[in-house]
Amino acid sequence: MHRAIFPALFAAGVTFLLTCLVVGIRLEQEGASLTVVGADAETWGWIAFAVIGVFLVQLLQQPLQRLRQRLPTADITGLLPNEMLLHRLKPWLIALVVSGLLVWPFMVSRGAVDLATLTLIYVMLGLGLNIVVGFAGLLDLGYVAFYAVGAYTYALLSEYYGLSFWMSLPLAGLLAAVFGCLLGFPVLRLRGDYLAIVTLGFGEIIRILLNNWTSLTGGPNGIGGIDKPSLFGLEFSRRASEGSQTFHEFFDIDYSSGHKVIFLYLVAVLLVLLTIYIINRIQRMPLGRAWEALREDEIACRSLGLNPTVIKLSAFTLGASFAGFAGCFFAARQGFISPESFTFIESAIILAIVVLGGMGSQMGVICAAIAMTILPELAREFQEYRMLMFGGVMVLMMLWRPQGLLPMKRPHLELKTS
Amino acid sequence: MLKLDNVSTFYGKIQALHHVSLEINRGEILTLIGANGAGKTTLMMTICGTPRAQSGHIVFDGRPIQQMKTSDIMRQGLAVVPEGRHIFSAMTVEENLLMGSFFRSRNEAAAQLDHVLTLFPRLKERFNQRGGTMSGGEQQMLAIGRALMSQPRLLLLDEPSLGLAPLVIQQIFEIIERLREEGVTIFLVEQNAHQALRIADRGYVLENGSIVMSGSGDALLNDDNVRKAYLGG
Ligand SMILES: Nc1ncnc2c1ncn2[C@@H]1O[C@H](COP(=O)(O)OP(=O)(O)OP(=O)(O)O)[C@@H](O)[C@H]1O
Ligand SMILES: [Mg+2]
Repeated sequence: MHRAIFPALFAAGVTFLLTCLVVGIRLEQEGASLTVVGADAETWGWIAFAVIGVFLVQLLQQPLQRLRQRLPTADITGLLPNEMLLHRLKPWLIALVVSGLLVWPFMVSRGAVDLATLTLIYVMLGLGLNIVVGFAGLLDLGYVAFYAVGAYTYALLSEYYGLSFWMSLPLAGLLAAVFGCLLGFPVLRLRGDYLAIVTLGFGEIIRILLNNWTSLTGGPNGIGGIDKPSLFGLEFSRRASEGSQTFHEFFDIDYSSGHKVIFLYLVAVLLVLLTIYIINRIQRMPLGRAWEALREDEIACRSLGLNPTVIKLSAFTLGASFAGFAGCFFAARQGFISPESFTFIESAIILAIVVLGGMGSQMGVICAAIAMTILPELAREFQEYRMLMFGGVMVLMMLWRPQGLLPMKRPHLELKTS
Repeated sequence: MLKLDNVSTFYGKIQALHHVSLEINRGEILTLIGANGAGKTTLMMTICGTPRAQSGHIVFDGRPIQQMKTSDIMRQGLAVVPEGRHIFSAMTVEENLLMGSFFRSRNEAAAQLDHVLTLFPRLKERFNQRGGTMSGGEQQMLAIGRALMSQPRLLLLDEPSLGLAPLVIQQIFEIIERLREEGVTIFLVEQNAHQALRIADRGYVLENGSIVMSGSGDALLNDDNVRKAYLGG
């Protein structure tokens, strides 16, 4: 207790200073000059409350911690049925989830479906970045650049060449992959912090390039009027453009803007399922094992004849291509994109999804992506406190489960001998 | 089988190897001894291509390899157990071993796996344990086993006895001798000069980056200078 009193006093003092400067005093303009105005009594009351709170928490930290240790720690994995059963149930569970995903949008509001679509985009981005950060262990802070490349690929192809979404999708993935490869080459000799900084810089370069290349990208004004995806040529607009047909005319039903929202959602589901499938396959292939080995010990990899450069490059390229797909879909969904959608905060959010989910764990990444997009929406009522709550949740998460929501369980690899 | 001719290696400006020439014959155990910092690890890793030899020639099975990429060299039929083991600690024993046969077909890998497990029954007992949780000796066995998974003709071992109990060292040396009987050529770097020279067909002594002596294992064991410097009198 005695030893805790000085740190507690110190923390309270810091809190007091900070809160005073931030909310306690204000600069107000009176005519031409600025005057310092103190806050009202209520605010001071809150400040006192905060200072005392910090003091007490710091003072009682040790008893509190002991209490916390006695509390049972949450272990989600313990709630799952045992492995054998899970294995047998797996196909059924997957079928259940997939059919749920497909049926669900017809029963809820348009807003909810829209939000779900956004969530799915983040799921895809999280899964893609998970390859780079979770599997290969390369910290990439500029992942949003590939997302931007994908989005602009579709936007530009559609604007200048009138290419459809489905035509552009593979091209967007391909181009993003090329960019991933291009970035990969120079940075592969870097490790850890250095790699992070260079990728961060790359992300910004792409954004600034998009912002300033006005003649091609429209600069900060962005690109608008991007076509929505069509269903085998059927459009989801009220009136068909020349030479094509609309969905509601073809099926002879009333036009509803909800159709389009649900269709976009279904496309997103399809893309996410495809992403999960592909990544799962790759994870079980030698390439997946090589990523894992590289993350663990580069010297060992080298001594076994694996080429670290190729392995890293493949992770970068593959991760980037998924961002490209996600970007292409994003552009189609928004109908309008501008460099503002691809700022650093996006990279940070995607990285947070990967870390929160438990690096390398696909299930975890999906859960985290859902939490990261839905929580801010739920907290919308709290308006300006939203980001504060968001930060708070993150800090609590890291205290509660530093290894992430669902830490990676590596697929066990067996040598099948017939 | 492997021939180094006049090889010099630098770390930046510091020269770590001075015109080293050395030859490894098929089917023998060749031991390299030397004090700490003599350049033994450097010599072994120079064969593998990191660091790269600045001058001289390295020929493996008649093929010059000093210009090849490390990853290509390691697929020519030689394998290395690097200093400090470097096993994959989060992977199980089985997965570690399978990483060793990354470039082999499934059937080859399965056959070699059986073989390695008979050499190291201990690894069989620990088949599903994570590498990082094993004892030092078991980890060393795993590292050797993993290197053997690629069916190498030449095995480079860097201080396999490092930090192990005498009994475990004994086991490891027995296995090395057994590998020779199976036709694997072995290049052994050791601090444990006495035991290493006893099982060796030939040996070299490295001092400050230069080879200062060479001869049969017995000759080196009985050499006065070697006794004084490396065998404690
Ligand atoms: N990466 C490096 N950069 C610079 N100098 C190095 C590097 N690696 C080794 N050296 C230097 O090269 C010399 C030889 O080192 P090496 O590791 O080959 O010694 P060693 O004979 O294996 O010693 P030990 O028995 O202690 O393992 C030493 O002086 C060492 O300091
Ligand atoms: Mg050494």
